[in-house]
Amino acid sequence: MKAKINNIMSTELFLPIVSLILVLIINIIKTPNFFNITIQNGVFYGYIIDVINRASELVILAVGMTLVVASSGGTDISVGAVCALSGAVACFILSGGEVSTSVYHSPYIVAFVSAIIVGLVCGSFNGFLVAKMNIQPMVATLILFTAGRGMAQLVTNGQITYIRVESFKMLGNSVKGIPLPTPVFIAIAVVILTFIILKRTALGLYIETVGINNKAAKLVGLNPVLIRFIAYAFCGLLAGLAGMIVSSRVYSADANNAGLNIELDAILAVALGGNSLGGGKFSLLGSVIGAYTIQALTTTLYAMSVSADQLPVYKAIVVVIIVSLQSKGFQRIIKEFKLKRKVEKVYEK
Amino acid sequence: MLLTPFEVIMDNLLEMRGICKNFPGVKALDNVDFYLNKGEIHALMGENGAGKSTLIKVLTGVEEFETGQIILEGKKNIINKSPKEAQANGISTVYQEVNLCPNISVAENLFLDREPRKFGFIDWKKMNKMAKELLDKLDIKIDVTKPTENYSIAIQQMIAIARAVDMSAKVLILDEPTSSLDDGEVEKLFTLMRKLRADGIGIIFVTHFLEQVYAVCDKITVLRNGCPVGEFEVDNLPRVQLVAKMMGKDFNDLENIKGENKDTKSKELLLKAESVGSKGNIKPFDLELNKGEVVGITGLLGSGRSELVRSIYGADRRDTGRILFDNNEVKIKAPIDAMKLGMAYLPENRKDEGIIADLSVRENIIIALQAKKGIFKLIPGKKQEEFVDKYIEILQIKTASRETPIKQLSGGNQQKVILGRWLLTHPDLLILDEPTRGIDVGTKTEIQKLVLKLAGEGMSVIFISSEIEEMIRTCQRMVVMRDKKKVGELKSDEISQKNIMSAIAGGVDK
Amino acid sequence: MRNKIKNIDNKAFLLYMTIVLFIIMYSIGIIMFGNKGFQKPQVFLNLFISNAGLIVIATGMTMVIISGGIDISVGSFVALTCMVLAWMMEKGNMNAVSSIIVIMLMGLVFGLVQGILIAYLNIQPFIVTLAGMFFARGMTAIISQEMISIKNETFLAWANNKITIPLFGIVNKKGVTVYPYIYPTVIAALIILVIMFILLKYTKFGRSVYAVGGNEQSALLLGLNVKSIKLKVYILNGLLCSIGGFLFCLNTCAGFVEQAKGFEMEAIAGSVIGGTLLTGGVGNVFGSLFGVLIKGTIEAFVSFQGTLSSWWTKIIIATILAFFIVLQSILAMSKKEQK
Repeated sequence: MKAKINNIMSTELFLPIVSLILVLIINIIKTPNFFNITIQNGVFYGYIIDVINRASELVILAVGMTLVVASSGGTDISVGAVCALSGAVACFILSGGEVSTSVYHSPYIVAFVSAIIVGLVCGSFNGFLVAKMNIQPMVATLILFTAGRGMAQLVTNGQITYIRVESFKMLGNSVKGIPLPTPVFIAIAVVILTFIILKRTALGLYIETVGINNKAAKLVGLNPVLIRFIAYAFCGLLAGLAGMIVSSRVYSADANNAGLNIELDAILAVALGGNSLGGGKFSLLGSVIGAYTIQALTTTLYAMSVSADQLPVYKAIVVVIIVSLQSKGFQRIIKEFKLKRKVEKVYEK
Repeated sequence: MLLTPFEVIMDNLLEMRGICKNFPGVKALDNVDFYLNKGEIHALMGENGAGKSTLIKVLTGVEEFETGQIILEGKKNIINKSPKEAQANGISTVYQEVNLCPNISVAENLFLDREPRKFGFIDWKKMNKMAKELLDKLDIKIDVTKPTENYSIAIQQMIAIARAVDMSAKVLILDEPTSSLDDGEVEKLFTLMRKLRADGIGIIFVTHFLEQVYAVCDKITVLRNGCPVGEFEVDNLPRVQLVAKMMGKDFNDLENIKGENKDTKSKELLLKAESVGSKGNIKPFDLELNKGEVVGITGLLGSGRSELVRSIYGADRRDTGRILFDNNEVKIKAPIDAMKLGMAYLPENRKDEGIIADLSVRENIIIALQAKKGIFKLIPGKKQEEFVDKYIEILQIKTASRETPIKQLSGGNQQKVILGRWLLTHPDLLILDEPTRGIDVGTKTEIQKLVLKLAGEGMSVIFISSEIEEMIRTCQRMVVMRDKKKVGELKSDEISQKNIMSAIAGGVDK
Repeated sequence: MRNKIKNIDNKAFLLYMTIVLFIIMYSIGIIMFGNKGFQKPQVFLNLFISNAGLIVIATGMTMVIISGGIDISVGSFVALTCMVLAWMMEKGNMNAVSSIIVIMLMGLVFGLVQGILIAYLNIQPFIVTLAGMFFARGMTAIISQEMISIKNETFLAWANNKITIPLFGIVNKKGVTVYPYIYPTVIAALIILVIMFILLKYTKFGRSVYAVGGNEQSALLLGLNVKSIKLKVYILNGLLCSIGGFLFCLNTCAGFVEQAKGFEMEAIAGSVIGGTLLTGGVGNVFGSLFGVLIKGTIEAFVSFQGTLSSWWTKIIIATILAFFIVLQSILAMSKKEQK
């Protein structure tokens, strides 16, 4: 029996699933109708749908963040700012520089592709600094963390740019006739696509190898610099995509608030997904579950009338607890404790 | 002249008696004795796993020991709990590389944590003056206010020695200090050591370099596999004898063991290296290798065996020379280039450079072939399993399943996995760097047999090992290394334990 | 050229570069905005006035980076400090002095917690202080989501206590000689700067910080208690952040959630531009002062120019920071190759 429990506890998805269940239970206690789903005009409504919908950007970013963490043992804290920047660029292209527009000034596809390219360029910049110049990931990404929003402000001229065109809202809201909001599908598509890339090419294996043992990776013929670069560039690209969804939700570019504090959520999703922030082996599914958990947690906290700018307190505490449990120092303490008990047992006999 | 017992005791600086130390499953030190006199330079020698570093760690309080005594100056029975305590007892260590903080000044490194102070604040003037005086006394002429990193490793070691001496060290342990020094620097270090000897300090000198032992030491204690082999006066122990003792052989009994005559069938050249060298790692060397030939590279630890193969494989940077493979000049900038030519390299340090600890046996086996194929041509799952099962079968790898993380396997099985990783790439040239270290006897024999079988099938093998018998059994030709230089080659009919050891020792007739 | 760079001490090289950069930038400012009064001594003093808090925080950051760590929680912590100060004086009716004692204690505790997590649990400083950053910002919002203006008389008296300097007087249009002035915050910041300089240069603790940042393992072998030194670094940094927050608050006289955003990057940029190596072991608080002054000069540019948005400041600083860390990285790599 004990062995069985140990077995269950040691599976990699134990932590994320237990946390998800925990948060869901709290939610049900807080809001008994949490799992109720109603259909209005052929569209699903309900708390749970809302959680799944709102979690979409986070899921997308958590996917990118997982690869960054796995390959480099560091995190990309610029993703939120990149979201804001790519959204700002897209809206600027569509509005032609006006504060508010009800017609596209350029084709939508141009704006969309530009947003993705902006994300990719930002990611590549981070990747260059981290992989090629050997700069600590967080310092490297701190640059865009601060400057990214500044650039977004410049693009939007410090104002919120509104795009009041129905088709612009499609990406972040519901499309007529489809019962679930669009972001849900995009998030799932990103997860599946990434999963396929990781499983159909050797990228997943390469990332893990580089993250676990850099020297061995070189000797078996891998190029760690290139692999890390790819991880950061990909993370940036996904941040660009998430930025498009964010701005589509509010049909505007808000340089101040788009993707605010989302970097902490993304890092938390990775940690909660059972992945070590020290890099190496990773579970994409774990991070995805982690992302939904965090969104559920956010909803819970909102339900407890915690405001958006107060949320980070609780999340920061969760991060500290998780990384403390993962830390070498803590594990050494546990080990010593176990050893002591073993010794005591021997003496008792 | 007869010495009274009293005088003998006076000379005794350090006695370690009957030291035993166990690591899980291994007897690291088995009843080891070690005696050091005042004003003596005493070499501590032995091959890998002999127990040198464990003995030093026990002495300096880094590791605990189970039984035995450490007696300092004939009276104190001391047990050091930490390097700091050892220092307080007058036992200081200077390591190969990491000794000082590179960013702070020489004077600070000399007086860190014991700075001279005035009104509670550090008195820089006085500190610099004291530092200068201290170094002047030891004939080290440098600017003490400059950051330590501005000076060579040799100077840094001397600074570390100066610090130890100033902290009233009676026993000075030099742990492989000369590994990265050039000849001139070594001579300077020796001058300093002789000076300290004259001042009555006892020096324990851990090194792999035979010449240096004979240049500076008075006595030699040899360890092998955690057991004491004996203490010898340098003058009474010829080099060849020393090598034999380290390798666990009695030199006079060596004649009978000789390699079988294993002439290469083909004389087709596979690899040709012309004056390949890497600054600081290995002096330029030439090497030729035929198809289906097993060439051994022998020499003591630190003699440049690994550096030689690494410079060919592209693992270390190459400064000079050119490499021809299959009669074409090739450019090898990174391991992947070498792999694409058909080379494979099993590194010396399995844990740090070989295994990818958290990955499964399957992933560890296919990774090299996968890297060779490129990122987009993923080996299909079925194929992977087929490959892995095949090599688990051929190499008799004992693992719960192919999905078991490699870190859960025993050392020998881990090594087989890495071997499987490289065999899967079907190399033309297989480089094995200490493939049998730290693994059980059964596995060792299996690996040796495998090497011969592969060579029979036409694969060329470069084989590096500290165990001479193993080399004799497998190699058709031997390259001898000494002090980071290729010093000679032994042809098939010249390969015998005696010849090899003479060549390693250098300067002794065959 | 490359050899020349190598010959100069890296430390000195980066520091000289900073001072030269500052002088060049300031001269450009005088040439470009001379007609708008950039050359007035008051403009120069304003650099100190508006950055007094940042100077203190940058000295703390410099110490943390020298020790081989980093702290990105400082901006949020400043916001928290201001909010707590404002709340205590306005809502809690506490007097100014005891409020300041409370925030100093808060700084010590904050530093202690971060320090324990970093030094004794071996968690990456970045993760710990990232959590600290979000924690402090969130706490600020929990205390009050509305801005609280400080109306405490003692506090305002401190804040508005102009100290005129009887030098470089300028006769204005009305014929009255106007002397340049500073606030007490500037003096406080400079005193702390000097104290930190002495601490890092002339005490055992200070030199230990350098040793630990240079090579932790060596420091351990040389007999230092590395963990306790790291812990002390973060505790002291927490204290400096609370003092810096107090000085910052004297400028703004208010507490609100969005305060001091991006301060962490300005502090890190100040240190790095001032010659502190991100890899640890090298740095000087006076360099960081110049780093902060460069940031202030950029701000002055942007405000004198008039039409540029204030966001340019952040972008330019980020660009300079990127330039300097790449430069550091190249210097480090070339040194490695040399060996």
